[in-house]
Amino acid sequence: MALSIVDSCVNCWACYDVCPSDAIYESKPHFKISARKCTECEGDYAQPQCASICPIEEAILDASGAPMNPLGTLTGIPPEKMAEAMQEIQAR
Amino acid sequence: MELNVIGQDASQATESSCASGSCGSSNDQMDTIPQEIKDKVKNHPCYSEEAHHYFARMHVAVAPACNIQCHYCNRKYDCSNESRPGVVSELLTPEEAVLKTKAVAATIPQMTVLGIAGPGDPLANPERTFDTFRMLSEQAPDIKLCVSTNGLALPDAVEELSKHNIDHVTITINTVDPDIGAQIYPWIYWNNKRIFGRKGAKILIEQQQKGLEMLIAKGILVKVNSVMIPGVNDEHLKEVSRVVKSKGAFLHNVMPLISEAEHGTFYGIMGPRGPDPEELQDLQDACAGDMNMMRHCRQCRADAVGLLGEDRGEEFTLDKIAEMNIDYDEAMKKRAVIHQGILEELEEKEQKRARLKGAEVPAASVATRPVKMAVATSGGGLINQHFGHATEFLVYEASSTGVRFISHRKVDQYCIGGDTCGEKESALSGSIRALQGCEAVLCSKIGYEPWSLLEDAGIQPNGEHAMEPIEEAIMAVYEEMRVDGRLDQVPEQIAELAKA
Repeated sequence: MALSIVDSCVNCWACYDVCPSDAIYESKPHFKISARKCTECEGDYAQPQCASICPIEEAILDASGAPMNPLGTLTGIPPEKMAEAMQEIQAR
Repeated sequence: MELNVIGQDASQATESSCASGSCGSSNDQMDTIPQEIKDKVKNHPCYSEEAHHYFARMHVAVAPACNIQCHYCNRKYDCSNESRPGVVSELLTPEEAVLKTKAVAATIPQMTVLGIAGPGDPLANPERTFDTFRMLSEQAPDIKLCVSTNGLALPDAVEELSKHNIDHVTITINTVDPDIGAQIYPWIYWNNKRIFGRKGAKILIEQQQKGLEMLIAKGILVKVNSVMIPGVNDEHLKEVSRVVKSKGAFLHNVMPLISEAEHGTFYGIMGPRGPDPEELQDLQDACAGDMNMMRHCRQCRADAVGLLGEDRGEEFTLDKIAEMNIDYDEAMKKRAVIHQGILEELEEKEQKRARLKGAEVPAASVATRPVKMAVATSGGGLINQHFGHATEFLVYEASSTGVRFISHRKVDQYCIGGDTCGEKESALSGSIRALQGCEAVLCSKIGYEPWSLLEDAGIQPNGEHAMEPIEEAIMAVYEEMRVDGRLDQVPEQIAELAKA
């Protein structure tokens, strides 16, 4: 049972500071979670801390590989609106 | 001709009854601020319209983490061509930040202020922020320290803040109403939980207000920043102004929302766009009635270096600093001499202004309509920049009662990184758009092509006042316009703007 960080991470250090298990470490190109140390905060907090402060949707995955913060849940931007806007910008 | 630059006169400040703020209630000079505060901020470029032409500032990016999300912020992008808060190119450790600060202070002796402003929230990174402040207080005692925060962690940090050389704190307060807050802040991280919506916004607002009160009680100067978000908090900011002023904040800085789809922010994608310059000015004028306003804020990057509006960060990357050999004790001596010189010059200007105060302004005998003019300047209070080199313009308003500074207008340069970087609309059309509402632009020189395009847009280019002091040159142009009868009627494009 461990969470993991994927390459959309922006290296903002927020998770590093709040992890109660010291499971998060600086790495290139982005921070990583030690699967050995990660407890998903069980016994410490009701919610995994890294996933509670991470500002980037889909940057942290649960043990099954599903995003802890799916697209649209943190920014409030509906994913289809974001896709539309990005397409429009690319077309310019 | 000696001219009176209108200072702040609260007694003249009325509600929005005076059209386009031309009633002489300008608050951007700091006349109503008590002397002891003036003394504290006289060499701080961000707090004094006057000082920012002479003194420089820098930000060190040691604070990456943030504890809230704002709808105008997106932490994903880092592009060296972008200039807005929350964007940096190189994150520093506290030790690296101290090295960089000393290198900049030795190379740019006018640098008086070191700020920590992100790219996240400084107080959400207490160790990195305070380690930096602690080392700088010891190693570079001639540098003022300041910090900018969203306020969530502020109450817990006040004690520590008061221990360092920090006499200025900026809090970004966009609202005092949780319902409005819910439209600005989607979530906060608080007591080990992510709290969404109104509930989170309410906690944030309470913490901001508590922090503000605690700082004032400690005698620390507080400036309040607000982002003007059209349709969300624009009307409400007048109330914010009143509240923070009543609690003792000494300056309120109303900044325009920066919102383009390219930024990938909530507002960028979903709207609204930023306010146009007139909307911003109207709100600043309305808030000025009961608050000291500042209009020269440049909304800098969290790693900006140099005079406001310029960024010399490229000269001080970590590899370049490593090659510099800084003798800071020696540098401090040189800095002291230069600071003294600038302060004496400012003092002289202040005395001259005091002498001129109340002196009759020749054109005042007949009230003539106010005219906005733009200026290209690279600092020093002079018209000394080529039109084509200007990345921003300062906008002044001349009227029969004098000249007042209104705002700066950036020539927009946005990109979304990667392949599209550098593909921006031509700088010239960007410049012309930035000058909307102005009837003249004063610069040291200007090319033939922009000259005719500006004329077509109804903006008179003027290169006749190169190297002259800004206010005097503007008044001279205004006087010419009066003599030519150009003040008798409002040009078509200006009248149309006013209608819109």
